[in-house]
Amino acid sequence: MAERERRRTPPYGGVFVARTRVMDADDIGRAIWRMAHEIVERNHGPDGVVLIGLQTGGVWLAEHLAGTLQEIEGELPPLGTLDVAFHRDDIGLRPLLPEAPTHIPVNLDGQAVVLVDDVLFTGRTIRAALDALTTYGRPRAVQLAVMIDRGHRELPIRPDFVGKNLPTRRDEMVDAHREGVDIGRIVK
Amino acid sequence: MKHLLSINDLGAEGIDEVCRLADHFTEVSQRPIPKVPALRGKTVAMLFYEDSTRTRLSFEVAARRLSADVMGFSVPSSSVNKGESVRDTVNTISAMGPNAIVVRHRSAGVPQQTAAWTHASVINAGDGWHEHPTQALLDCYTIRDRLGSVAGRRIVILGDIKHSRVARSCVMAFTELGAKVTLVAPPTLLPPAVGSWPVDVSFSLDAVLSDCDVVYGLRVQKERQSEALLPSLREYTAQWGLTVARAARLHPDALVMHPGPVNRGVEIAPELLDRPNATLNEQVRHGVAVRMAVLYLLLGADPEPRSEVDTA
Repeated sequence: MAERERRRTPPYGGVFVARTRVMDADDIGRAIWRMAHEIVERNHGPDGVVLIGLQTGGVWLAEHLAGTLQEIEGELPPLGTLDVAFHRDDIGLRPLLPEAPTHIPVNLDGQAVVLVDDVLFTGRTIRAALDALTTYGRPRAVQLAVMIDRGHRELPIRPDFVGKNLPTRRDEMVDAHREGVDIGRIVK
Repeated sequence: MKHLLSINDLGAEGIDEVCRLADHFTEVSQRPIPKVPALRGKTVAMLFYEDSTRTRLSFEVAARRLSADVMGFSVPSSSVNKGESVRDTVNTISAMGPNAIVVRHRSAGVPQQTAAWTHASVINAGDGWHEHPTQALLDCYTIRDRLGSVAGRRIVILGDIKHSRVARSCVMAFTELGAKVTLVAPPTLLPPAVGSWPVDVSFSLDAVLSDCDVVYGLRVQKERQSEALLPSLREYTAQWGLTVARAARLHPDALVMHPGPVNRGVEIAPELLDRPNATLNEQVRHGVAVRMAVLYLLLGADPEPRSEVDTA
């Protein structure tokens, strides 16, 4: 999410220019297939698993993961979305307006919440998401699924399910979408 | 945007932005713990020189749900009673470093003055007969929520237009968003400059009722009746009140709105307030979300990045 937003908001705003495609749509499909199995394995089955995609970049991935879980287990897990703008630690440092609605379809008390995002970078979005989750209830566990872990963590946060570990330079941008994952940079 | 003194500060785009943001805060208000840390460490001071229930409480709830601190101020227990001027009071409050001051005063222009005297953001919570922008915003939000949009709606504003700051702000907001506004009032309760407003004026309530999407009733402001503008309240009700018989002419889906507090049985019949198309409680509920949006826009969503801190 942060990556996608950063692209549009000053002082970063500009046009994303892809340099290399690191995953194509098939790679993403295979990674999601594996991650879905890992989620079921970790939670001893699909019961009580709630997928929550972070607005906006994590939503397509959460939907895709939910669809794959349905293929594997025959049942669609509860699927929510979360916009963490009001919980971020950089409010006032840059323009921060929520992008898309938050929708948590079930009571989270006692559930295993899998937060889903496209790219894990500094970890600040996930910190905000963990904070936001506490206003909805007390999950039994919170796990983190990301398509890309690009390093450069600024907080003690690690993902539970990773599509691909991708070493990057700090000033690079990673764009993960349904059709593939590109690495590139912002041109102003 | 630094201050919210008038609807004109926002324009159509700004009103839309407040409404979009209010959608998010409506969701926040429905959470088991309806509170976000967005304005943690900010302080909002309430400077109310006039009585208020809903506006003041609404701002306080809004600030608290954003985790801001609230500085209360009520005239009866303050140094205003010792003769302190507005300017000195504003200076005193400013010296304690609030990030926003919410001002209500019986005189028009006090919020504008306050903005010149303080570094804090100033929000107009009603100044004399002039403006009450957050009321107009929550009314736009309510109409948008119920009817989908304000644009193209036919809105009748009924009652004491002359003494109503709500009417001024609502006329600006509704017309800015493309609604067609008709004012209905006794000639004595219309402002002298009404000819320059972008509205129609009618002196017959019955003529306009059957053909509108919203009836917006205003309170008969007994405290502002300095001259004999009305023969009697009973006569007012007979001529200009929204009675049950008159309401029968309304389209079944037409909204009945009122900024509150209501003089039951004077400007509107009590039975009408309990019908599903009466939006009074919704307006109050939306007021919290809309004021959260305003506070967040002024204090949180900084349009100009001040820092080059790498924030991912």
